[in-house]
Amino acid sequence: MDTVSLVEGVGAPLRRSTVDTDQIIPAKFLKRITKTGYDDALFYEWRQNPEFILNTPPYDKARVLVAGPDFGTGSSREHAVWALRDFGFAAVISSRFGDIFRGNAGKQGLVVATVPQDIVEAIWAELEAHPGLEVAVDVASREVRCGAITAPFEIDDYTRWRLMEGLDDIGLSLRHEDAIEHFETTRASWRPRTLPALGG
Amino acid sequence: MAADTQSRPAASTLAEKVWADHLVTKGENGEPDLLYVDLHLVHEVTSPQAFDGLRQSGRPVRRPDLTIATEDHNTPTIDIDKPIAEPNSRQQVAALRTNAEEFGIRLHSLGDAEQGIVHVVGPQLGLTMPGITVVCGDSHTSTHGAFGAMAFGIGTSEVEHVLATQTLPLAPFKTMAVTVEGSLRPGVTAKDIILAVIAQIGTQGAQGYVIEYRGSAIRSLSMDGRMTICNMSIEAGARAGMVAPDETTFAYLKNRPHAPQGDDWDAAVEYWKTLRTDDDAVFDAEVFLDANTLEPFVTWGTNPGQGVPLNESVPEPSSFTNEVDRHAAERALDYMELEPGTPMKDIPVDVVFMGSCTNSRLDDLRAFASIIKGQKKADGVRVMVVPGSARVRLEAEAEGLHKVIEEFGAEWRFAGCSMCLGMNPDQLQPGERAASTSNRNFEGRQGRGARTHLVSPLVAAATAIRGTLSSPSDLGIDIPSYSIAEVVA
Ligand code: SF4
Repeated sequence: MDTVSLVEGVGAPLRRSTVDTDQIIPAKFLKRITKTGYDDALFYEWRQNPEFILNTPPYDKARVLVAGPDFGTGSSREHAVWALRDFGFAAVISSRFGDIFRGNAGKQGLVVATVPQDIVEAIWAELEAHPGLEVAVDVASREVRCGAITAPFEIDDYTRWRLMEGLDDIGLSLRHEDAIEHFETTRASWRPRTLPALGG
Repeated sequence: MAADTQSRPAASTLAEKVWADHLVTKGENGEPDLLYVDLHLVHEVTSPQAFDGLRQSGRPVRRPDLTIATEDHNTPTIDIDKPIAEPNSRQQVAALRTNAEEFGIRLHSLGDAEQGIVHVVGPQLGLTMPGITVVCGDSHTSTHGAFGAMAFGIGTSEVEHVLATQTLPLAPFKTMAVTVEGSLRPGVTAKDIILAVIAQIGTQGAQGYVIEYRGSAIRSLSMDGRMTICNMSIEAGARAGMVAPDETTFAYLKNRPHAPQGDDWDAAVEYWKTLRTDDDAVFDAEVFLDANTLEPFVTWGTNPGQGVPLNESVPEPSSFTNEVDRHAAERALDYMELEPGTPMKDIPVDVVFMGSCTNSRLDDLRAFASIIKGQKKADGVRVMVVPGSARVRLEAEAEGLHKVIEEFGAEWRFAGCSMCLGMNPDQLQPGERAASTSNRNFEGRQGRGARTHLVSPLVAAATAIRGTLSSPSDLGIDIPSYSIAEVVA
């Protein structure tokens, strides 16, 4: 995974609260077999409306989503993060996130920045006054910046460290590759092996 | 063996021993443990994105030789030589075939003698064995715990993680003992034990725990019966369920295709015998059940905890003191279209489904056949019998069970998940009611608007004869002794 220490890009104000994962990506897209290509599925129902904010420039190129409280609640589908990422988002700002969503986001390198609701309101106002304004989510300094606004955001140390080191869970486990290899050398020969195939 | 057991703490439970013996690294400062995975089972639904993730990051499958795949959820159970009709299902199965080929993974496809429900395939090949860790992108992976393995379901990201590293970062589970003492009466089976356990502790009663099933009633069960019990651990909220291995386990495994051979067998048995909870070990929670008083159990609602003995009636929602339970009961009865106070045995069904990873093994089919032998199914009731694997189907046919089933008027199908979930063509119509040997009676699980009563194979058989929920004793049918021997004791 790429290291993430600073996300900068067009900010999209999404003035909605309790955006659950069913709204982020409806269930009908879960039968797909890929982990990418969900950009068209993001907010599928809302995007049927041509006026929806993410359908209109400059927000169709947005990188930072600024949403109301309780973003990403509901079903555990990992597809919600994939869809945000595929659309082009690298960070989401909100005053409160669904727990599972936040965990899934961390696994995929999507930055989830928690700020107080009055900061969200201030950023919304700033972005609406200056469409196309960039928002910076600075993981290194734990700050969001937008126009005249600078505010700290919350992120747990473990997630921040993983983002800055570019470590996904797999990368993290592979730091222990020596230990895995050592474990394998001590693995008893009676333990199962599927190959070569026997029987059948 | 020394290397296997050196990380064990003093006075530990079965679960803690297996955990300790798979520690690659012990997590410190809030980091999780890193656990080695002995066996990774793969099916078509939860694996495509995992393989795609490997492709994106250019990672290989670390241990194809500890990985095995089969097709089960989407596959039809008739016309299996024809292309799968539903495009999404066909695409998922096709993706699995491509991925298995590309990453060098053994795959048992539709038509192969080892194809079947992933949780039936592992044990029948002798790959599932005591003291190993088993994972699969499927919550009913708990089934394999019947062998004294630590087996649990994982999500798609974790599937990718295991494919890439053969490990999983995890915090240890809490431990719960469920002790069932006594002997089961004729007609009472493993399924009734687990339905009674779930009704007692609730669908979240074991959340965060690994359950160890203990006691004389558990010891007396065959491996197929133990698998039925461990299978439904997840329905009580548990991460996993386990039974300590014993002579029954060893006898089941001996001479299976992938069971250890020669010196390996001896070394394995020596190690397996260490896999029991120490007398002075302490569980985080304990639950007791009296086997002597258990009766055939059946669900009336829309979660597996909403069950009663078959001799009782649909409960009054007002009988639940807890408000959440009361509301849940009202909703469930509304969906199930049931009146409180109705005797369970007066409830007619449209369909009997005999199958799923809970009850589709040879013992289950034998028990079912022993009741219907020489009988005719009730008019207007559709009876589907779906073996858990192509191998089980062959074994059943070798015993002539298919003849009994067909003469009864039931459909004898090919292996797969079938009517357990509405993902393949075997579905209930809206409003239809089924007696089902599967594990989930959720709204819409067996098809949109479908109504499910979870039952044992013996109750399924009697219900198929009478047309209303019934046990063999209601029909004056003796339970043939071999089915008691195989299923119950
Ligand atoms: S039989 Fe049912 S519960 Fe078992 S793996 Fe298949 S769908 Fe899941």
